[in-house]
Amino acid sequence: MHGFPIWPDTASAYASQVNFLFGSLLVIGGLTAGLVFFLLLFFANKYRHGSNAHRHEPTKKTWRWEVGWTTASLLIFVGLAVWGGNLYVHLYNPPPNALQIFIVGKQWMWKAQHPGGQREINELHVPAGQDIRLVMASQDVIHSFFIPALRIKQDVVPGRYETMWFRADKVGRYHLFCAEYCGTDHAHMGGWLTVMDPRDFGNWLRAQGGQKTLAAQGEQLFHSYGCSGCHEPGGTVRAPKLDGVFGSPVPLSDGRVVTADERYVRDSILDPKAEVAAGYAPVMPTFAGQIGEDDLAKLVAYIESIGPQRRAGSR
Amino acid sequence: MHAPHRESYLSATVGIRSWLLTTDHKRIALLYFAGITFFFFIGGMAATLIRLELITPQPDLGSPDFYNRLFTMHGIIMVWFFLIPSIPTTMGNFILPMMIGARDLAFPRLNLTSWYLYMAGGIITIAALLLGGVDTGWTFYEPYSTFYATGYIILAVFGIFVSGFSSILTGINFIVTVHKLRAPGMTWYRLPVFVWSTYATSLILVLATPVLAMTLLMLLAERVFHVGIFSPQLGGDPLLFQHMFWFYSHPAVYIMILPSMGVISEIVPCFARKPLFGYEFVVWCSIAIAAIGFLVWGHHMFVAGQSLYASLAFSFLSYLVAVPSAIKVFNWTATLHEGWIRFDAPMLYAFGFIGLFTIGGLTGLFLAALAVDVHVTDTYFVVAHFHYIMVGGAVMGYFAGLHYWWPKITGRLYPDYWARFAAILAFFGFNLTFFPQFILGYLGMPRRYQSYPPEFQIWHVLSSAGASILAVGYALPLFYLLWSILRGPRASANPWGATGLEWSTRSPPPPENFEKTPTVIRPPYQYVRGEPCMQAENG
Repeated sequence: MHGFPIWPDTASAYASQVNFLFGSLLVIGGLTAGLVFFLLLFFANKYRHGSNAHRHEPTKKTWRWEVGWTTASLLIFVGLAVWGGNLYVHLYNPPPNALQIFIVGKQWMWKAQHPGGQREINELHVPAGQDIRLVMASQDVIHSFFIPALRIKQDVVPGRYETMWFRADKVGRYHLFCAEYCGTDHAHMGGWLTVMDPRDFGNWLRAQGGQKTLAAQGEQLFHSYGCSGCHEPGGTVRAPKLDGVFGSPVPLSDGRVVTADERYVRDSILDPKAEVAAGYAPVMPTFAGQIGEDDLAKLVAYIESIGPQRRAGSR
Repeated sequence: MHAPHRESYLSATVGIRSWLLTTDHKRIALLYFAGITFFFFIGGMAATLIRLELITPQPDLGSPDFYNRLFTMHGIIMVWFFLIPSIPTTMGNFILPMMIGARDLAFPRLNLTSWYLYMAGGIITIAALLLGGVDTGWTFYEPYSTFYATGYIILAVFGIFVSGFSSILTGINFIVTVHKLRAPGMTWYRLPVFVWSTYATSLILVLATPVLAMTLLMLLAERVFHVGIFSPQLGGDPLLFQHMFWFYSHPAVYIMILPSMGVISEIVPCFARKPLFGYEFVVWCSIAIAAIGFLVWGHHMFVAGQSLYASLAFSFLSYLVAVPSAIKVFNWTATLHEGWIRFDAPMLYAFGFIGLFTIGGLTGLFLAALAVDVHVTDTYFVVAHFHYIMVGGAVMGYFAGLHYWWPKITGRLYPDYWARFAAILAFFGFNLTFFPQFILGYLGMPRRYQSYPPEFQIWHVLSSAGASILAVGYALPLFYLLWSILRGPRASANPWGATGLEWSTRSPPPPENFEKTPTVIRPPYQYVRGEPCMQAENG
């Protein structure tokens, strides 16, 4: 057996904040349980049948006690709800200019694609001290990307992008798990997160070989799937041009306005008639079932690269 | 008081037909006891194999698919065929009509129908699990359960669907009975808390179970006919499935725990020889739990991809639903103050319940805190938490009630020494089994893993060791309770000195429960300096 671990690795400032909340809950829970158990045992002993402890006539008015402990519980609970919620909101607000990595989950592996085109399976290398934003998709069933040392987890639901961000501070190797049951080899769908010194990370990226960047691969696909036939100048069909679109608001034909984020780009490829840009006919054919999540990530990266500026999308 | 040769419900008629075609709520309760005990041991065998498998980090007993089928079977059997029906259909069936001074439930034939539906559903599901099993987990998450899972999902889901009607019919029966069949003088505020909490449970059964039925039907439609509802491949939404599933399955947790809370509220005043502290508050807390319990299902989905604002609201509501549970614990504790406390086996089980439920409830506060939940959801922390509620709480309550009403049900006494030993064994075995799982959970050990990183092993070994003690604690009653039926001394009408109506008639009761309809003259749990004052006039 390998030791007696009682506390997990803590590899980010956010994880420390979760530790503090968890520790506070332990104190509150410990005190409450301690009080209840003490009273149970104390009363059980003092007022056991046959003891000659003094008993008053039973009191009829109990409401003062009831109001007292109800109010106390409620106040503590509201405080905990606000505290836990406050930290959680943080997970939904990725900082701008985070390094963006695409993750695809499938039975039973995690694939990561770095912006430079480097790919890895069941491993994720990231630089310490830098904001990382993961854009995640599933090719089959629901998976859940879980890094205990960072105290973060996000289900990856097929059919849409989920995002998650973190900034690891401590260099090291940490477990990476799938936390949502996904079939036979669920327990083996995992690997390691390697947090590296930024310089080492640069070396690691270069050592992966000189492949094209994700955006460049996406540009190639943009031509080979025929997207450029309509979406580039000189196209035969009137279609929106995509330069500078990413990250900006897009008015839709039904009057809504959406932000052209990763989700919108992906959905527009797979289900183009759902959210048609205002002023255009819904003539684009669907690519559902023809483009896998890997290639979708590349196409999204390409559209993003020709946007006005790289910015972090919002969920 | 009564001559022992007078006939009881057990001896009034004989023969197998007199049991299988009975409409006596007491006999139907015994039929349920048989079914529920059977399913409890099937589910327990699956649990035993799970704990054996997890002693070492690598697979030992079989393939990953075998393990996946094991925990699925454990979950399905324990949730739908043990926990949900456990207390309502056995003790609820037997005791509830007696507590309110009725001769039977409002619809005796419907009651028998419920039992047949329950058994039919159970046998269909067991058949599915034995033919080849199901590997979806008890939650049947989409789209895994439609296009990726193998095994007899259709059959298993159909079995659960059928047993759901048993729940609904039982719920309706209880609600009508409480409204229409109370004895003279049995006002709402004179109802024992067990009646109130079974009533609250019945409301949930009637309102939530149809949602499960619809969800399961849609799942079948999708798997069999490829109707796109939940599966993204067919244009459906997997989160919709989770919303619908938990809309039933979270209130289902209260179906499991409310009856146990009712049992504890009977036992604590009886063995403390004191009125229940804050009766009205305990009663209305049951109703509040049933009501707010419908509004917290989204706390199962904090990392599932639901909206941020939904998560914030569900977190707040989850804290809100914890308040009435906390109030109950404080009231039970306060009841002990200045009592004349006895420590017979039912009271030891009740102490066990309060202790374990308190830990289960407090760790629920951890899970309702959003940022903590993100880390510990889908880990052993959650596994430990819900076992503290459902096994530490609901099953302890089940055993407490079983030992409390056993003399009434069978007319026999069991050896109290062995029963107290079993209660203490179960308490310590339970804690050793499940407390290490909290630590595993915060360390990051995901649930539903057959193999795991070696550093987690020590906690799994402790947990499995505890499970072996717990198993003995659960198996012991089988022996001494059977012994008591054959050899146990005869029980008097009111062996514990309780005050309820069920204790003012013979043990075991006559077929018609009361020789003449009792008149209720005072609230429950009245004691004067430790001496019981019976609720019924002729008691």
